[in-house]
Amino acid sequence: MKVRRAALWLLAPIAAIAFSLLVSSIALLLIHQNPFTAFGNMVKYGTQGNQIISIINRAAPLFLSAVAVAIGFKMNLFNIGVEGQYYLAALLAASVGAAVHLPPVLHVTLILVTAMTVGAVWAGIAGVLKVTRGVSEVISTIMLNFIATGIGSYLLLNYLKRPTAASDLATRTREIPKSGLFPSLDKLLGITNPNEPLSGFLLVAIAVGIAYYVVVWRTRFGFNLRATGLNAQAARVSGVNPGAMVIQTMLISGAVAGLVGMLYLLSFFHAYTLDFPTGLGFSGIAIALVGRNNPVGIAAASLLFAFLEVSAQILDLNGIPKEVIQIMQGVIILSVVVAYELVRRLVEAQDVRAAAQRTREPAAPLEGVAA
Amino acid sequence: MAGERTDILVEPVGESPSHPGPRIRRSWVIVAAALLMLVIVREVTGSKELTSSFTFAAALALAVPILFAGLGGLWSERVGVVNIGLEGMMILGTWFGAWAGWKFGAWYGVVFGMAGGAAGGLLHAVATITFGVDHIVSGVAINILAAGVARFLSVITYTTGTGGSPAQSPQVSGTLFQFTMPFLAGGPFLWIHKTPDLLGWFERHHWFLVSDVAGVAKGLMFDVSALTLIAVALIPFSYWWFWRTRTGLRMRSVGENPIAADSLGVRVYTMKYIGVVISGALAGLGGVFLVFEAGIYHEGQTGGRGYIGLAALIFGNWRPGGIGAAAGLFGYADSLQLRSDPAIHALLLFVAVALAVAAIWFVGRKRAVPAAALVILSSGFFTWWATSESVPGQLVGTVPYIATLVVLSVASQSLRPPKWDGRPYRKGQAL
Repeated sequence: MKVRRAALWLLAPIAAIAFSLLVSSIALLLIHQNPFTAFGNMVKYGTQGNQIISIINRAAPLFLSAVAVAIGFKMNLFNIGVEGQYYLAALLAASVGAAVHLPPVLHVTLILVTAMTVGAVWAGIAGVLKVTRGVSEVISTIMLNFIATGIGSYLLLNYLKRPTAASDLATRTREIPKSGLFPSLDKLLGITNPNEPLSGFLLVAIAVGIAYYVVVWRTRFGFNLRATGLNAQAARVSGVNPGAMVIQTMLISGAVAGLVGMLYLLSFFHAYTLDFPTGLGFSGIAIALVGRNNPVGIAAASLLFAFLEVSAQILDLNGIPKEVIQIMQGVIILSVVVAYELVRRLVEAQDVRAAAQRTREPAAPLEGVAA
Repeated sequence: MAGERTDILVEPVGESPSHPGPRIRRSWVIVAAALLMLVIVREVTGSKELTSSFTFAAALALAVPILFAGLGGLWSERVGVVNIGLEGMMILGTWFGAWAGWKFGAWYGVVFGMAGGAAGGLLHAVATITFGVDHIVSGVAINILAAGVARFLSVITYTTGTGGSPAQSPQVSGTLFQFTMPFLAGGPFLWIHKTPDLLGWFERHHWFLVSDVAGVAKGLMFDVSALTLIAVALIPFSYWWFWRTRTGLRMRSVGENPIAADSLGVRVYTMKYIGVVISGALAGLGGVFLVFEAGIYHEGQTGGRGYIGLAALIFGNWRPGGIGAAAGLFGYADSLQLRSDPAIHALLLFVAVALAVAAIWFVGRKRAVPAAALVILSSGFFTWWATSESVPGQLVGTVPYIATLVVLSVASQSLRPPKWDGRPYRKGQAL
């Protein structure tokens, strides 16, 4: 029974991926392209060594973003504001990192702590507004995203930008000195001549993933969190303080969100620039949904999304618009949530039937007694 | 995943009267008072832009897409479906509107843009109503999907020799008609090409208050696009539909209590589908408006206006008139920012005065705490105005969002969203 259940839950994302392949195949056929060669090329290209490094580098920030979202999801809190949280965090952490000179480990720690603090504070606003004023975190985090963009660009243009920019397009913060950067894993793993280094920040992402599992499934706090998510009323009655839980969860979620931009900042960009990656927060929501808030599921989903992005680069060389993968990702998200909902209904119906079965069984000897 | 969500948006607290008669009269008083204060501030600071017809014309143009999105939100949330996907539906509206506008002409653009948005709405309806997916989840997914679809379609249609690029369409052909009020704003009337521009004449004379009112009125009456007329007409229409027709009542009942509605024979799913699809079509129209203002489609054209529409919906307390007022307010702030820096700076004084007036109102009601808070805020804004030269544009852009957060946290007692807003409903379910 348990195995069949697990298989059922696993079937949902697989069906969603299959469906998205179908939809994007139709899109490709409409523009007279052979979907089989397109997807074949993607797999062939995306499984080469250099591309795998690139996939892992891209997957780590997506994974962090999804964990930030998932922590909220576990207690029915919708943190749509990861986007604004990691943006402000990256901007301010980059500025702090560039302003100080410290020994290597301390320097990196200071930058990461700054980023986590900024993310936590920004998410915490939504938490406080929800608890004290009853403002839905869905709306407040959306609004805070836009406010973050405004405040961020104001700070960047007026206070934080490097003074010697040639033009407006080159606006950026000052460079973080070498002691504040993250080393690559290439030497450790014996990787030679990669196109891009494998960022050591991967280890941080893994650590966060493990911490997420331990905190949510193996601690009292996590138990309260999940209990509140499943049935807020029951949790409150059993002694959980829902207000404190909301604020704590938003703070943790925001702190993790603050780390989302750090791989790019500390391993590749070394400063906050105008072409810093955006949209990771929204991708995180998608990945948390596909991975069902499960750490392993999220890791798999972020690898999948990163694989699609990296391997799609080969499509342009074959004259196929690589944007087809954006349709694929969109379809995966929408169909996976539908599929999970269908599975949930199926499981529910099974439970009802099983319960009915159980109540019928002990009734049989009773009849015998009566006879 | 998220099971039962009863707390989306704000908890409905208290009942507001279902008939908004006296409220409308009160809002006219507020509008008149605001205008008077604006004129005084204009007089003190000397920034003519505050009440010029050009500012108000720009404000109207900037308010229209927000208004479309806000009304889109109204049609969806009144039937109990939260629509975060407005942004995505708007993106579909811009793309399909521009594509058809370029291929076939302006009015085809309107129809296709609407259809594109409606398709997004239908997707949201299928996911949330038929499959019971969490409304927020579906909306977020639609936003991501719509951006991807628009990008893909641009790449395959606008590349080879069309004058467009993967990120932007060629010029749309043809224009929608533009309307200028005859006699008052100098528009054509029957066979007369040019009628007197009465309001313009008043505005040019710079008479205290008279010229200001004329400027505001003229700004709202000259070169008004057909879509603007539609958008403005949709405010009373939505009110009439939801509060004066039988189908409208049924639709609202579905958003308040679908179980009760179902027991009375209302087709809950049908009503929800109608509302959400119309919601998408309206958001699509907002996108079309943006395309015709710019003459082309370009990526990121919606710029989060779907979300501002959502803010306008909350700001306007889920009512058509309120949404109109909120959209106008947000559009006005935007237009001042575009037109002149000093005007925005002068607005600080306006805010200070407005807060002071509100403080006096609270003093009259013998409520010391809010009055004191407002006095402090008011003097803060006054100090800001007196000690600074200008307000940074980046911060002005955040005004709608901050205003929404403030309204949500301060006035949530008088906000009254539909009771079943955001909750999934399955036919036959118990409470």
